[in-house]
Amino acid sequence: MYVVVAGGGKVGANVARSLLRLGHEVTLVEQRRDRFDRLEEEFEHQVQRGDATELHVLERAGLARPPDLVLALTGDDEDNLVIAQIAKEKYGVEKVIARVNDPRNQAHFDLLGISPTVCATSSIMALVEHEVPEHDLIHLLELRQENLEIVEVQIDRDSPSAGKRIEALDLPDGARLISVMRAGHAEIAVGSTQLEAGDQVLAILEPGKEDELRRVLLRR
Amino acid sequence: MNALIIGCGRVGSAIALQLQREGWEVTVVDENEDALSRLGDHWAGSFLVGHGMDVDLLREAGIEEADAVVAATDGDNTNVVIGQVAQKRFDIGCVVVRVLDPARADFYTARGMRVVCPTKTAIDTLTEAVRSCEIPAAKVRT
Repeated sequence: MYVVVAGGGKVGANVARSLLRLGHEVTLVEQRRDRFDRLEEEFEHQVQRGDATELHVLERAGLARPPDLVLALTGDDEDNLVIAQIAKEKYGVEKVIARVNDPRNQAHFDLLGISPTVCATSSIMALVEHEVPEHDLIHLLELRQENLEIVEVQIDRDSPSAGKRIEALDLPDGARLISVMRAGHAEIAVGSTQLEAGDQVLAILEPGKEDELRRVLLRR
Repeated sequence: MNALIIGCGRVGSAIALQLQREGWEVTVVDENEDALSRLGDHWAGSFLVGHGMDVDLLREAGIEEADAVVAATDGDNTNVVIGQVAQKRFDIGCVVVRVLDPARADFYTARGMRVVCPTKTAIDTLTEAVRSCEIPAAKVRT
């Protein structure tokens, strides 16, 4: 497969190297002279110098072929957004993956239909939530297109839901329990399932319903 | 009428002052606090320090009540992103974006943005200026 990687910093260079090792054809684009000189020693003709948001630079990198995949991996979110838009809409590239540097800019990528995106900060924060017990409601998965998310909740002895059947819970609209994990064994949650202290419950819900769900299950 | 100007360089500050003279309520946003001095000693409008892609800052700057938004920072890509956020997220009817690179200007114009490309204007004006020179006929090679 032919891949154009925009941005030759640590992320872009490592991704380009990995793709080459897998046998793919790669063109890496880097604007900064000092970085380019270093990259050229390793990547030789497979790295080009230029601003990947300029059309003639993209064309020189083969955007008109078009590539099977474009990766917008620079350290600037506005540049990644523009690269992704131009690749998709001007050159008809079907698959574009964009890096989000500042998680606050995620909304801009969503607004402009740039998907999938990868944000290291968000991934790390999701792991922190998973590892730090004081976060009682853990985000496991964001289904951005569906505008839904999947969370995990740990039921403990003080939880008002412990000892209750799911059908007796006053769950908020836009939130459903999916499964209950007890003693290493998971079961699909149904109305007659009774929650117990120690259960790990998976729920699917609309973003923003977390506090209501927390109240019903945990009262915190 | 309310105008929000993002970027208070030579261009942004001059637009802000001009619109204010014409009776607009103007708010200016720039990353650099020192840019305020470009608006002179008697600036009566608002001035906020921050990045134009920061939605909280845009709200604080009153984007929801803005009749016009001008994106005139020194970054083409920043401007087209701010412009699209103003158009699509905040539904601002009058969004004007400065893009120096003619190729990117064409691309975003074709997508329905109101793009102003000073580079293109300079090219046209300079070319026209050359055309209008009177070159003595003896020197014209055919």
